[in-house]
Amino acid sequence: MTPVLETRGLKKVYPLRSGLFTHANLVAAEDVSISIPRGETLALVGETGSGKSTVGKCVLRLEEPTDGEVLLEGKPITGLKASEMRALRRELQMVYQDPLDSLNPRHRVGELVAEPLWLHGIAPKRGVRSEVERLFGTVGLGPHHVDRLPHQLSGGQQQRVGIARALATSPKLVVLDEPTSALDVSVQAQIINLLRRLQAERELAFLFISHDLAVVSLLAHSVAVMYLGQIVEAGPKSDVLERPFHPYTQALISSAPVEHPTEVKERIAMRGEPTSPVDPPAHCRLVPRCPFAKPICSQVPAELVEVVPGRSTRCVRFQREHRNGEWTPAPERAADVVVDLPELVPAPIVDPQP
Amino acid sequence: MTTAPLLQVRRLCTEFVTPSARLPVLDNVEFDVNEGEILGIVGESGSGKTVTALSVTKLLPAAGRVVGGEVLFRGRNLLALSDRQMNKIRGEQISMVFQNPRASLNPLLPVGVTLEQVLRAHRGLHGEEARRISFELLADVGLPDPARVLRRYPHELSGGMCQRMMIALALASGPSLLIADEPTTALDVTIQFQIISLLKRLREEHGLTLILITHNLGVVAELCDRVIVMYAGSIVEEGPALEIFDRPRHPYTLGLLASRPRVGPNGSLAGIPGQVPDLRDRPPACPFHPRCKYEQDVCHEQAPVLEQASPGHRVSCHFWREIV
Amino acid sequence: MSAIAAGAARGRSGLAEHAVRVWRWARRNPVTAFGFVIIFGLIAIALLAPVIAPYGSYELNPSDILAPPSLHHVFGTGNFGEDIFSRVLFGARYDLAIGFGAVAIGLLVGCTLGALAGFLRDPVDEVTMRVMDMIAAFPGFILAMGIAGALGPSFVNLIIAISLVNVPIYARLMRQQFLVVRDSQYAMAAVGVGAPPARILRWHLLPNTWGPIFVQATLQFGYAILDAAGLSFIGLGVRLPAPEWGVMVSLGVQRIVSGEWWVSFFPGLAIAIAVMGFNLIGDGLRDLLDPRRK
Repeated sequence: MTPVLETRGLKKVYPLRSGLFTHANLVAAEDVSISIPRGETLALVGETGSGKSTVGKCVLRLEEPTDGEVLLEGKPITGLKASEMRALRRELQMVYQDPLDSLNPRHRVGELVAEPLWLHGIAPKRGVRSEVERLFGTVGLGPHHVDRLPHQLSGGQQQRVGIARALATSPKLVVLDEPTSALDVSVQAQIINLLRRLQAERELAFLFISHDLAVVSLLAHSVAVMYLGQIVEAGPKSDVLERPFHPYTQALISSAPVEHPTEVKERIAMRGEPTSPVDPPAHCRLVPRCPFAKPICSQVPAELVEVVPGRSTRCVRFQREHRNGEWTPAPERAADVVVDLPELVPAPIVDPQP
Repeated sequence: MTTAPLLQVRRLCTEFVTPSARLPVLDNVEFDVNEGEILGIVGESGSGKTVTALSVTKLLPAAGRVVGGEVLFRGRNLLALSDRQMNKIRGEQISMVFQNPRASLNPLLPVGVTLEQVLRAHRGLHGEEARRISFELLADVGLPDPARVLRRYPHELSGGMCQRMMIALALASGPSLLIADEPTTALDVTIQFQIISLLKRLREEHGLTLILITHNLGVVAELCDRVIVMYAGSIVEEGPALEIFDRPRHPYTLGLLASRPRVGPNGSLAGIPGQVPDLRDRPPACPFHPRCKYEQDVCHEQAPVLEQASPGHRVSCHFWREIV
Repeated sequence: MSAIAAGAARGRSGLAEHAVRVWRWARRNPVTAFGFVIIFGLIAIALLAPVIAPYGSYELNPSDILAPPSLHHVFGTGNFGEDIFSRVLFGARYDLAIGFGAVAIGLLVGCTLGALAGFLRDPVDEVTMRVMDMIAAFPGFILAMGIAGALGPSFVNLIIAISLVNVPIYARLMRQQFLVVRDSQYAMAAVGVGAPPARILRWHLLPNTWGPIFVQATLQFGYAILDAAGLSFIGLGVRLPAPEWGVMVSLGVQRIVSGEWWVSFFPGLAIAIAVMGFNLIGDGLRDLLDPRRK
């Protein structure tokens, strides 16, 4: 069964002006190969600077990948012309992070949702209102919301509009970029439930981008953890979250706050802050912070390797020392973590593609 | 022998004044903060938690007005003080840390200069002495290489470092009370953990009293001794953290706890139907009744008051006894 | 209008409710409301001049040369016995036309250039902006003088000269707005739903750029009228005997010394009131156009 979405070696690099004639490279994402089957969710997990949002935009060609391929149901879309891509946008949609900013403040939300419908010929421009009302009903909004302006709606309602707009053309793949981060927790729960229902009903493939492992655990079938532009671990959701193979994944899981005041959690010390994404080294990029780091980690390139069927990790030590997915060294316990002063990165002088 | 609480807030009422209306934002907010404890104020957007902090420190925006109540800090009513008297208290005895760390630091000054300003204004320190204390403060908050950090501008520091810097600034004058408004919300989870650890350590080493405002129940579980739950400008429940997590009594608290996504089996999330009411449309009597599954007629006719459910645990709901 | 917007229009409130809201708004924004009163008043005068003016604008009364203000001639008479009051009323047509015309042309040309620069980016952006910089380097009035002088004094040339001077202002503003709007998530969403670039430009981006442009435009009205008056005053604008306010002021300049102050005073006052009216509505207009106020 062909996956709905597949990427091979996706890479996005921003050139930076750093000298008169030379330039440095800010590697936002590299070596990203993912695959999403019909009706399933792949969660791309990471913190700021991990590259997960960049991957989401490159998949939709809202940013142009520097290298690599993106395939929609087996057919490459990376080389297509702008006009061909526009037609294809019917199948690829996105829900954005900031619900208010993703809706044009000058137009009624009904018109914003109607636009993809008549652009792609799904409904005629004259009779589009009933279709819009139907879509609003699907996401839990009423017909009276159709004529509102975005700022007249609450955050949760705005995001529902965003979801309605994404669903309008019955796409095959929806990229969701931190869709609940800006919402209150009680509203977040509503949106998560809505997304689960929609996926089950319509067999949608989701690329779900998030930093919140708890939310991910509710929605995802498989997980890919990203750090400084690379996938450092990938596999089925329960597996990755219960038996992480990569120190960074362990750190993410262990950093999350406890759920109850009496809970005692084993915490791993991930020192300092992420290093610079400019001209990154070929060896493991977690070395300055990793509690398991050994000399070998700075000496060999860190490749993403499938160590156990269905599970891959980029941790060099794990690749070499594990026995059937078991790896025994104990991590450093967390003390109050002292920060390392990061290198100053020149601000990217980026020109995003139109 | 009991010592008086460090901060006592009584019947605090705040309004926002617009050209067309006066909107009540806080409705008879009352709570105590004891020396050495960490009090969490929990609520979602529109709950009034930030307005409470701003009312206590008299930092409300122009449209905001405290229209009733008392704020007793070490026995003195802050609301009755003049601006000059309040300025002295603010920054020397009560400090505040805000949500977006980079936005709270003067972008035009290296952070060291900002720190020096605080030390000069509140502790009368200059030159070498100020520099020495600066280094100590930075070590306290876990920032390395103080000489280099102090030369940097806020935009040259990461979010986590800015937040540590904010905490250093807040501690510089040696306050008795620190109010932190969503100090970790804008930060990545690994950095959030660092800041939480830092606050824990500061409490142990300095005996700091902390009011922590957050919407994240996990942060509450990590740090707080006591918790206040707010909704639409009212306190709906108050008690020791353990009580709130184990025996929540108010439907809103129950709803919040049930809405948390857990890393675990694939159950469905409860959520709370509807959304937080707009300031202009605050429901009569109990503000939560439109979204409450236990709602009955009395809920929109008569406002509930805070009643004691067990020692130290108060709840404002007509039916808290019936709710399991 | 789209089906959705038409549906909304049907549901809109009646005229009376509208009037009440306008009144309430006026009470809260008295300064801006006053500005609007002035502007609407001037427009009304310009339109109704033939009806309300007691004399024709070229009507001469040789027996009444340089008569001070009186019941017959409310603003007095000028060098040839012409009625100043009537000429001021007719003058509103000229000056308002110049103001609107110059601003409209400057805005259209400038905004188009700015939009293209902001949308297409380098190299169009760089080239356009440097040309704009060159034009903007000249002091406005001097440049207008140069253009008007080269083209020859006339009503149309006056408008052209003033509007050209204004083009860089709008180009810069529009480009700035574009850069801001381009980075928004809704602009990205517009690409995401598959809208073609022309539609993105026209329907998504442009409507969000108007705010500051309008404020600038209202301020520019005032300057345009001042420029027109100035250029006409030195003979490079509207020619005699047209009743343009600037020309009228120049006619009365020598008369001030001999005590016939009214010949220059009233047209000058008209200029001042017009400029003030436009300045007052500037900020208010931007707030009115902000969708968040609905």
